[in-house]
Amino acid sequence: MRFLLVEDNAELADSVVQRLGLDGHAVDHAATLSDAEAHLEVADYDLILLDVMLPDGDGRDFLARSRDRINTPVIVLTARSQISDRVGALDQGADDYITKPFDFSELEARCRAVLRRRGGLARNEITLGAAVFEPNAGTLRHGDAVMDLRNREIRLLEVFARNPGQILSKSQLLDRLFSQDADVTENAIEVYVGRLRKKLDGAGVRIETVRGLGYRMSL
Amino acid sequence: MTRQGASDAARGVRPSWPIARKLTLFLAAIVALLALVSWGMVTSFAREAAGRTQDNILAASATSIAETLRSEGGQVRLELPYAAFSMLGAISEDRVFYRVAAGDDVLTGYADLEGPDVTPGEPSFGTLPYRDMNVRAVSVMRVILADGEAVPITVTLAQTRGGVRGIAAGLSRQAAYLSVAVFLLAVGMSAFAVRSSLRPLNTMAQHVSTRGPSDLRPLRRRGPPELMPLVRALNRLMDRLGGSIKRSEDFIAEAAHRVRTPLAIVRTQAEIALHSVEEEAQKQTLRRVIRAVDDSSRSASQLLDHAMVSFRADDLARERVDLPALAEGVADALRPTAEMKDIDIALAISPAEVEGDAILIQNALRNVLDNAIKYSPAETIVRVSVGNGGGEARIAVSDEGPGFGEEPAAHLMERFKRGDKVEGVVGSGLGLTIAEEALSAHGGRLELGRNVEGGGACVSLILPAA
Repeated sequence: MRFLLVEDNAELADSVVQRLGLDGHAVDHAATLSDAEAHLEVADYDLILLDVMLPDGDGRDFLARSRDRINTPVIVLTARSQISDRVGALDQGADDYITKPFDFSELEARCRAVLRRRGGLARNEITLGAAVFEPNAGTLRHGDAVMDLRNREIRLLEVFARNPGQILSKSQLLDRLFSQDADVTENAIEVYVGRLRKKLDGAGVRIETVRGLGYRMSL
Repeated sequence: MTRQGASDAARGVRPSWPIARKLTLFLAAIVALLALVSWGMVTSFAREAAGRTQDNILAASATSIAETLRSEGGQVRLELPYAAFSMLGAISEDRVFYRVAAGDDVLTGYADLEGPDVTPGEPSFGTLPYRDMNVRAVSVMRVILADGEAVPITVTLAQTRGGVRGIAAGLSRQAAYLSVAVFLLAVGMSAFAVRSSLRPLNTMAQHVSTRGPSDLRPLRRRGPPELMPLVRALNRLMDRLGGSIKRSEDFIAEAAHRVRTPLAIVRTQAEIALHSVEEEAQKQTLRRVIRAVDDSSRSASQLLDHAMVSFRADDLARERVDLPALAEGVADALRPTAEMKDIDIALAISPAEVEGDAILIQNALRNVLDNAIKYSPAETIVRVSVGNGGGEARIAVSDEGPGFGEEPAAHLMERFKRGDKVEGVVGSGLGLTIAEEALSAHGGRLELGRNVEGGGACVSLILPAA
């Protein structure tokens, strides 16, 4: 996905760009509202992450002003957690909000939810042997059969599909998949790997156990 | 606790004597004093006038008796004229005594009647005791020539005073009636005048107290000039209040911004580091850092929410709230979080309406639903049902988590109190407190129970139906 991040704190912006990059997203950074306008004029984005407090104005005012021109979905990043602010952001045309500091898996989940709602998720097919995996639709097609995958299965399969042939440790997978406050143990990874193996059965793709190291998907 | 706060404020104003009563009493006292004085004056006038009338008649009678004196062959003779006595009888039925004497020689009448000292020409008056009575007496002296000798003759006429007093008392009584009537009329009128001059004050008070919670506009009502200092002071106060509310909101926003932005940097950096380090011990450390950041940010949110709930509950907004729409909105907002654990939020909705502050109710539900998602195992269902029954609207949130354990429900709603099944879940223990406070501000309550079907917890938000 291509993001526009509007955030005035350079350090935070840097690390968000870097972190989203790890998930394979392209992120442009604008430090001010006028900067953001300039970016929006020359490029198309899937999603805008908009901070509320910016040096040249309030992010929500910007939203209210430019809602009729810009159709890109917006998730407001807010440092405030006051209820009234949240409601205010949604009223003024934001699609969703997320409170700083945010969990990147939650941000990702919210982005997907917003894009799904807006119908803006691009078709994205990954061929896995004889099967076709559509992460955005959450389906795995294999011959005539279409299997619905659950959220965690989708995310796990996505990590494997993006890193074919690479050994991924259980703890790596854990960190990529689950929000840090979730009560997930490495056993859960085994459960989800087991399910994926069952669903991929016969497609010519295998998730191998690399003893003592983790798992590897081999095509 | 917040409602109690409001009534504390009302109790703080201990009224002194009401102005209306004070003014009315003051005016009444003045009127009473005036009435008393005027009654006293009328009474003394009446007494004096009656006395003077009696004196005049006594003097005239005595003089007319004295005029009948003549000397006849060396003897002093007199006639008691009927008219003299009938004049005295005209005033009242009082008894009359008389005595005519030449020196100590009593010619006729009551020998023991001693008149006041007298000189020729002028009648002299006196009030004196006679035969256990109090009489008004007049003496007139006339000198008669008898046998070529000048004989001074004293005519003394006395009358009891009962009749005169009666007349004076009658007049005084009339005056008393009149005074009482004037007094009552004046008190009534002053009460009315006081009330009507204080009316602008009451209308102003009413105008201020019926304002909405956030209406801090200056008062623009016309009023008597005496009230203008109060109006100006009120307006200045509201101005300052508005300013300080704005400042504290700005402060909270600014504080949140300053705290959360560095937390966000720490969290993000830790996540990036988590991807690059290989060693499990270091990963553990980073995970702990992330959890600690999440913990403090959640606490900060809930502290702010808690402050917000207390603040809004003090002056509760009253608007119609459509609970199904509200529940759908909250569920939609939390669905992405739930989906991360493959938890479904299932809504079962039937119409329900309440009256109150939508933002508070929303906040209560969000805290309860957030809790349910947090404590639910992955791939379970959190059920939210909305309905109406028995004069109450109810939103029930049930999950398939560990439930509340054996602890009494009241304990769990205490501030910073967490149940015994919370191990491994980030939380501040304020969620249920916030929900409970938001509901009780509406006259509702939070019920903690068991989810009979799924085996987890069931939390019900109960509000009086609109």
